[in-house]
Amino acid sequence: MVLFFRRIYAMILRHVYLFMCSWPRVLELIYWPFLNMVLWAYMSKFLSEHSNIFLMASGVLIASVIMWDTLFRGQLGVTLSFIEELWSRNLGNIAVSPLKPIELVLSLIVASFLRTLVGVGGAGIAAYFLFDFHLPLFGIGFILFFINLLIMGWALGLAICALLIRFGLSAETFAWAALFFIQPLCGVFYPVSVLPEWLQPFSLIIPATYIFEGMRLAFFDGVFGIDLLLKACLINVIYIFVGVSLLLFSYSHAKKNGLLLGNGE
Amino acid sequence: MKVIQNINLSSNIDVSVKNVYKNFGDIKAVSDISFSVEKSKTLGLLGSNGAGKTTTIMMLMGILKATSGEIKILEQDVYKYRNKIAKEINFSSPFVELPHRLTVLQNLNVFGHLYGVKSLADKIHKLSMDLDILDLLKRRVGKLSAGQKTRVSLAKSLINDPKILFLDEPTASLDPDHADWIRTYLEQYQDRTGATFILASHNMPEVERLCHNVIMMGRGKVIESGTPKNLISRYKSTNLEEVFLQLARNDKV
Repeated sequence: MVLFFRRIYAMILRHVYLFMCSWPRVLELIYWPFLNMVLWAYMSKFLSEHSNIFLMASGVLIASVIMWDTLFRGQLGVTLSFIEELWSRNLGNIAVSPLKPIELVLSLIVASFLRTLVGVGGAGIAAYFLFDFHLPLFGIGFILFFINLLIMGWALGLAICALLIRFGLSAETFAWAALFFIQPLCGVFYPVSVLPEWLQPFSLIIPATYIFEGMRLAFFDGVFGIDLLLKACLINVIYIFVGVSLLLFSYSHAKKNGLLLGNGE
Repeated sequence: MKVIQNINLSSNIDVSVKNVYKNFGDIKAVSDISFSVEKSKTLGLLGSNGAGKTTTIMMLMGILKATSGEIKILEQDVYKYRNKIAKEINFSSPFVELPHRLTVLQNLNVFGHLYGVKSLADKIHKLSMDLDILDLLKRRVGKLSAGQKTRVSLAKSLINDPKILFLDEPTASLDPDHADWIRTYLEQYQDRTGATFILASHNMPEVERLCHNVIMMGRGKVIESGTPKNLISRYKSTNLEEVFLQLARNDKV
């Protein structure tokens, strides 16, 4: 059991070292969430001067963008941590080592959590001090919302890693673009009801839809939508199961086809 | 042609391969190979590009599944006991690199933890002394010369004191001086630790010097095997390179 944790620690250490050696990577981690937050904070300020809805809940746009970034950075954290191994042609060394595939999965998730904490956490703190932003339901409620977004991000990130193992770096585009395909569907900035009726069923199978609805409910009505949270949790269980399974399947497939040693730039 | 080299089933055998096939779709990458490697010996895998050497090494390391056949490493099935075996083996190849942005010390730290090495700091210090990389520890791997990278890669591959070390062209792209240094180090290491080496190389003098036994592969099959001396005399040649060329010109490797 000690060795199990030590191997995961080794993989996390590898990413911590990488950030210690590369300040542009650290800057990039904080830069985009911060910039997004500032942009939408000013947008929010402008809208609240011209719209009663935004006057009622001035922080809703900032919350939307911070929560979206949590989802996006969660996914990107998993995928980029894995892509680093492909960029550096290190996957062969890792495959030969005693690291088990499930330990690789766990290390990617922890690395993603740390990346998201630095990036989105920094933006959240900046929003608090610069724009007097605060969440309407502090405490366990919003923490659970954030955890659900992270889990969905991890699930998608792991599925993209599965593609990267199968197709190599030619699948790298998915790392950056996949979540933006989902963005219009999960109602980050607007309720799902504004979507065409035929599109709405697709929204209902995305955990983030319920989280963003729950966030707006909290802002506009001051209510914590426990039912929305439960629905998100249930779908997320399926998502993370599918994400982990896809990565393990892809890893096993790579073992049959000799993709573990040859993957790289 | 099936070549079975007196497979000894005693515990003196570190690597045992029996009737192994590997197909990639319609392509037969490896076809019915059988051989064994005794403890503390070095086996050389020779053959032209695409002969099946790397495929064989990948199967021996358990990161590529054989289509059929049996591979035993340290007397255990390599796929069934992959996690256990992984702690006892390691490999070095100039074609699989260490993360360039990390320093040598950071890389050795990461792999030391991955392999569960005890007293890691002491181990890294000893390896650094042995391989003359003490001055390189704080330098990024990406900034090193080819010779330095090879020594660092070797340090990584010895971090867990492997019982079996897989070496894929360990001296490729090195000048004669650095190459000789690596070969000498490998010889001394084997004498000291009793480790078993599996070496894939195109460098025939290197194979003659390091290998106790040689397998020549062609089109996924073992077409010749024996000690370097034995092969040289069998083909009435003066060195292994001539043997290789004879086989190559007969379209065998």
